[in-house]
Amino acid sequence: MRDLTLDDIEALATGAWVLGTGGGGSPYLALLNMRRLYAEGKRVALLAPEELADDDQVAVVSNMGAPLVSQERLADSASIARAVQLMEEYLGITFRAIMSVEIGGNNGVKPLLAAAELGRPVVDADAMGRAYPEAQMTSFAVGDLRPWPLAMVDPRGIEGIVAKVPSWKWMERMARKMCVELGSTVANCKAPRSGAEVKRWGILHTTSKAIELGYAIQAAQREHRDPIAAVLKSQEGLKLFTGKVADIERRTTEGFLRGVAKLDGLDADRGHRFELAFQNEWAVGWQNGVARVMTPDLICVLDTTSGEAIGTETIRYGQRVTVIALPAPPVFLSPRGLDFVGPRAFGYDLDFTSVFPS
Amino acid sequence: MKRIGIDVGGTNTDAVLLDGGRIVAAVKTATTEDVLSGVRQALRDVTAAAGQRGVQAVMIGTTHFVNAVVQRRELSRVGAIRLAMPVAASLPPFCDWPEDLAAIARGAVHMVEGGHDYDGRPIMPLDECGVAQAARALRAAGIDCVTISAIFSPLDPSMEIRAGEIVRQEHPEASITLSHQLGRIGLLERENVALMNASLAPLARKTIRAFEAALQEAGLSAALFVTQNDGTVVRAELAERFPVLSFASGPTNSMRGAAFLTGLKDALVVDVGGTTSDVGALRAGFPREANAVVEVGGVRTLFRMPDLLSIGLGGGSIITTDPLAIGPRSVGFRLLEQARVFGGPVLTTTDVAVAAGKLTLGDAFRVADIPARLRDEVLALAGRMLEEAVDRMKTEAAELPLLAVGGGAFIVPDRLAGCSAVLRPAHAHVANAVGAAIAQVSGEADQVFQGLSRIEAMAEAERIARANAVTSGAAAESLALVDIEDLPLAYMPGGALRVRARVVGEVAA
Repeated sequence: MRDLTLDDIEALATGAWVLGTGGGGSPYLALLNMRRLYAEGKRVALLAPEELADDDQVAVVSNMGAPLVSQERLADSASIARAVQLMEEYLGITFRAIMSVEIGGNNGVKPLLAAAELGRPVVDADAMGRAYPEAQMTSFAVGDLRPWPLAMVDPRGIEGIVAKVPSWKWMERMARKMCVELGSTVANCKAPRSGAEVKRWGILHTTSKAIELGYAIQAAQREHRDPIAAVLKSQEGLKLFTGKVADIERRTTEGFLRGVAKLDGLDADRGHRFELAFQNEWAVGWQNGVARVMTPDLICVLDTTSGEAIGTETIRYGQRVTVIALPAPPVFLSPRGLDFVGPRAFGYDLDFTSVFPS
Repeated sequence: MKRIGIDVGGTNTDAVLLDGGRIVAAVKTATTEDVLSGVRQALRDVTAAAGQRGVQAVMIGTTHFVNAVVQRRELSRVGAIRLAMPVAASLPPFCDWPEDLAAIARGAVHMVEGGHDYDGRPIMPLDECGVAQAARALRAAGIDCVTISAIFSPLDPSMEIRAGEIVRQEHPEASITLSHQLGRIGLLERENVALMNASLAPLARKTIRAFEAALQEAGLSAALFVTQNDGTVVRAELAERFPVLSFASGPTNSMRGAAFLTGLKDALVVDVGGTTSDVGALRAGFPREANAVVEVGGVRTLFRMPDLLSIGLGGGSIITTDPLAIGPRSVGFRLLEQARVFGGPVLTTTDVAVAAGKLTLGDAFRVADIPARLRDEVLALAGRMLEEAVDRMKTEAAELPLLAVGGGAFIVPDRLAGCSAVLRPAHAHVANAVGAAIAQVSGEADQVFQGLSRIEAMAEAERIARANAVTSGAAAESLALVDIEDLPLAYMPGGALRVRARVVGEVAA
């Protein structure tokens, strides 16, 4: 276990945004909360998953809702902490530590808010290794772990429990209805996990991975080195394409942002074309019409000059971008894993092939 | 109709007098520390050249307010009242301001119950007693600049308006900024704009009064307008209430002026100064706006600013070899002593342009030793830098004309890939003052509508935009819709639709 510095958390915010693979929401508001909590003298420790005892209980937290609503109602560290306490009261347990369900984007920093308020450590792990749009797209769902109960908190003193559901899909439906009724932004404490479950089914060391990634980008920016090269070196990634955004099509359907970004090649890729399809996050990439990269491999689109991640909501014509791939967590590469997060789960009739040699 | 346009920049105060579409007089004077004496001088010069009779309107664009924020000068303490409790309590007003600026502007923060959800339901009923208590506390503390911000006030401003009435009752001397009057969705960014606006209120009052006095002294009985970030103008009394809306008038006026001088409405504009080139895009005669967070003096805002790409290429850019590079460092205003053509030691883009015969300045003999190959390589590199910048600013593949303005425009080649032509309009050196003089009045609506059909919602948005334009000083019969867009909000129930409409028209005589 080690204490995180505020520099670590600033780096985490930068790295989590890259691991958001185009979605997951900006970690900015969560970072602002952490700056304030650290200024008040609060601290967060990072706990290696190996340090968990098998029968330790771990709280799994996230924010649920619409990004536009979070821009108005902001994010409150007290609510996410209260969701953890509510689950403890409901089950009569005490959590040893807190973890994120999703390291990519805003939820990558979220557990730190609860951890700082409650004085508990954060587990160096999550259940996606990136950002995904739907609640069943987790390693815990792949592991067929129990989806219930769920604790939900609104700062007006409204607290709810989803006591039991038969599937992850039902949990998504029940929680979504409650969330909409409360104004489309809520703090959740999801089904608790034992230490053994985290160690068996969690995606491990993703918090420190995001911190390392953030530091690599920040150092390259500061020293005027190539930040893309720094990302690839830090994460054993592959550079797929360098180009310029030539066209972007977006549509909002069933609560998701879907669309396609088309890139014209530059430098070594001049004369070639790359197309990227997204559902909140980048899902599949085609080079010259041939599928080249697909989920669950992580597809990240970075600003070629700054190395900062570019989201599916903000990418626009003319930007100079580099498409890279980072290796998928092994749990998603099994046939069952691919059922949850492979190309067919996003509606693409493709057999998964990784850009990385197996 | 005769109008005078004045643009107060960092270095020069430029003025033009327009009669209809004809430029009758154009003058340039140095910007003064107090802004006002430079404006007085410009008014004297331009009326001396063309007479003041028949001038119906004077339009002034100034960087005075944005500079006050950037340089932390003449700002007032603000009392922030936020209607949101118990929501968002951990991120109070000023929470993401640079500490040096917050230390000056943060007078007091009061957070009381209130605010709306996206579906129009109150988060909590407005705590009217809490607002009254806050107002009395601000009055007792001698804080006269007050902001009121509520969650989702752009959707439903009623709580901010009611709270404003209460504050006015309890604290009659207060100048009050309501966040929904200035901003869009995004509580912190909208609140930041309101806080900046309130902090500038006394300076704005003083400055606008001084402009009015300068007009009187010059014997002008014309109406006074102030140019806005979006290239339009509002009546001085409205500008006095919303100084933040005049922040980005310089580049905007320059682009609008370039459009007027060439008669083109859809084009790219490059304004080459001493240190940087700013590239922007004109659409329907107005600068395309940035669709992102804009930092002003280190504070995040969601201003509607022109979308500009700034690259380190200007007339004073320093050239280094091995490998060959231009800028981003520049000799800036010390060009007259540092550049080779003036006997200085530094090789700049100006020297290369003189050596290549593209420009006559200083002593060409001093740059005769620049090898032809280096000269050609520098010009080619500058061309490539501009080509890339221009290409980044295009939102479609079609070729557009490029309008080159500013003192360093000589560095722009006569042909650029992706541009159908490179145009260098006459009077380009006062394009910014021309842009101010020709400015129209606009009105905008940006709201979420529920329970209306798409057609009804768009009609309602246009009606609100027209009403706002008339308040800003437009002639109602001249108004035309220039931009309308609708965005279905899929995750909101009841077919919610966000519509943004913008109308422009002529200044009411």
